[in-house]
Amino acid sequence: MMLSPYPTTGERIRIGLLWLWCGLVILFLLVPILIPVPLSFNSGSFFIFPLEGISTRWYEVVLGTQRWQSAIGNSLLVAFGTTLIATTLGTMTAIALADERFPGRRIVMPLLLSPLIVPVVITAVGSYLFYARVGLASTYAGIILAHTALASPFVVVTVAASLTGFDRNLMRAAAISGAKPVRSFFKVMLPLILPGVLSGAAFAFVTSFDEVVVVQFLASANQRTMPLEMFIGLREKLSPAITAAATLMMGLSIVLLVVANILTWRGQKRPGTRA
Amino acid sequence: MTAIPPSELDRPALARGRSAADTDLRSVSAAIRRAEFGDRLRSLALAAPLLVLLALSFGIPIVLLLSRAVYDPTIANALPQTSQALSGWSGSGLPDDAAFLALAADLKDNQAKGTAYELAKSLNARLPGARSQVLKTVRQLEGAGDKPPLEVVKSVPFWSQPGTWPAIANGTHAVTSFYLLSALDLRWNADGSIERVPPEQAIFLQVFMRTFFVAAAVTLATLLLGFPLAYLIASAPKGLAAILIVAVLLPFWTSILVRTAAWTVLLQKFGLVNDMLLWLGVVDDRLDLMYSRIGLIIAMTHIQLPFTLLPIYSVMRTIPPSQMKAAYSLGGRPFTAFRRIYLPQVFPGVMAGCLLTFILCLGYYITPALIGGASDQLISNFIGNYVNVELNWEMAAALSFILLVFTLALFGIFARILGLDRLKLV
Repeated sequence: MMLSPYPTTGERIRIGLLWLWCGLVILFLLVPILIPVPLSFNSGSFFIFPLEGISTRWYEVVLGTQRWQSAIGNSLLVAFGTTLIATTLGTMTAIALADERFPGRRIVMPLLLSPLIVPVVITAVGSYLFYARVGLASTYAGIILAHTALASPFVVVTVAASLTGFDRNLMRAAAISGAKPVRSFFKVMLPLILPGVLSGAAFAFVTSFDEVVVVQFLASANQRTMPLEMFIGLREKLSPAITAAATLMMGLSIVLLVVANILTWRGQKRPGTRA
Repeated sequence: MTAIPPSELDRPALARGRSAADTDLRSVSAAIRRAEFGDRLRSLALAAPLLVLLALSFGIPIVLLLSRAVYDPTIANALPQTSQALSGWSGSGLPDDAAFLALAADLKDNQAKGTAYELAKSLNARLPGARSQVLKTVRQLEGAGDKPPLEVVKSVPFWSQPGTWPAIANGTHAVTSFYLLSALDLRWNADGSIERVPPEQAIFLQVFMRTFFVAAAVTLATLLLGFPLAYLIASAPKGLAAILIVAVLLPFWTSILVRTAAWTVLLQKFGLVNDMLLWLGVVDDRLDLMYSRIGLIIAMTHIQLPFTLLPIYSVMRTIPPSQMKAAYSLGGRPFTAFRRIYLPQVFPGVMAGCLLTFILCLGYYITPALIGGASDQLISNFIGNYVNVELNWEMAAALSFILLVFTLALFGIFARILGLDRLKLV
């Protein structure tokens, strides 16, 4: 809110207070996520400012010890598996739902979004109960399946958004020109909705990579992911290695989601799509 | 259907008149329907893989879990003869000797099959203290020698106490309301009506109230912090607005676990928050913020702030600033103009943001587990604890059932009055 050309005293005070309050809120938002970054480069073992010195010893712990390395490997495996399945199936579903004649659209959409609303502990405990019966507990496949349920809504929503700008006549033109549906999907539709698909994939990756509750219930000791290692570490003993792991995870999510949002934003401006 | 001018039609066809055209139309619309049916099938087939996968990986697990809240066949399976003997029992006083004999026989069978402990545990969930009594009776039956089983059972006073047999009779019904009632601190009393459990046994209502209180406090705090900032962003020039929005999105994109970890660092006794409070002179002594209710609310407010702010901002963005100017020029004082012109229009956004935050807060698990103390654990933590520590699936299922009912009811209100589109953030 800016001052009007001829501000009254009351207006000055109101707007001054608004700026002050918002400045404090911004500090409240940003300081907590920035704090772990300098602490992770601390050479001492405490969380106290001023830092004792700059070092990368905690990154060496996270990237160099076997426990963390296997956790990072597990996280990447699960996240890539989830991304692959959620993106493929989510894109197919979004295309199907974009057709107004899809039967029961109004029922299917809330059902698809329900994994975002159901408290995650219920999903985790339910998966643990069912997967143990069918032999999927303590398997990578089980964790990937459960993560796919949590991640696919993001893909459906982002791809559906990019499809609202897609001109369906292009598909008819491709069909008239003799292209089979699969070919016209890869040659015509996919290139145009690719930003939406990739941004959905990034959301899916981050959802899986950051997830800890389902993993806590489903993973065996040698399937611990990076967030689960962090969770266990936070419960047991607070070590600066956790701030290094937190910084790495935060960096990865922010980079991926910045890319996802730039893609979405550019996707809305592409030629051949109706904004 | 292509229209054919009447002049080109021959006379007999014209004589056939409307009926021919009708047949034509009908066959064309049938063809269209057939084609559309094919399209529908194709789009269903396209959506089917994800729907099937979600049903398997998400739907069935949740239904299975919830069914555990109302279906518990352990006691019925373990005590078949007792169930039989109790079928004619009036429910008051003690059952006849046949029931005692049947119980003795069932207990022996369980010991032989190795299921005695499971039975003891299951009965214990309904009747505190039953575990040791069942195991004791089983041991005595085994070492009884010539002593008649009836006498052995009757010699254990537990089996002649007033509450014991109603609980067993209740347990022989596989479909039960016991756990759902327990989750609300209720139970059936002897004369068949529902009553509150005695205060010393009541736990869950307090936990639900605590969860609602924390959710409400966090919702209010995010609104107080988020509304002015949303207003500032919506009315700031483009470049500044972009910077401010990034400041909101950066924490939004960081995982809950990472933000919780950051707060555990900040809230330490010698952490930054205490340093600042001391420096500002707000407190004289360092506060214990970790493992406290206030620390939990602060951290949850930080995590939820973007969820409340973004829907409010997306509505504020659509309100032209000229409206407020018009209100001022018509003599409206700033507060009146804000209350009568601005607020009614942003209200749907405020509702969406607050409901979303409230719903999400009900399901918090990680943050209370790491930052809350023993008396700050929310309902999700109790569910996790019943599975991980107590191994009482029925109670975990019943608490999940109630939590899910609250969550879905609120989500239903959300979808009904605001529409699902409001769920899209940014």
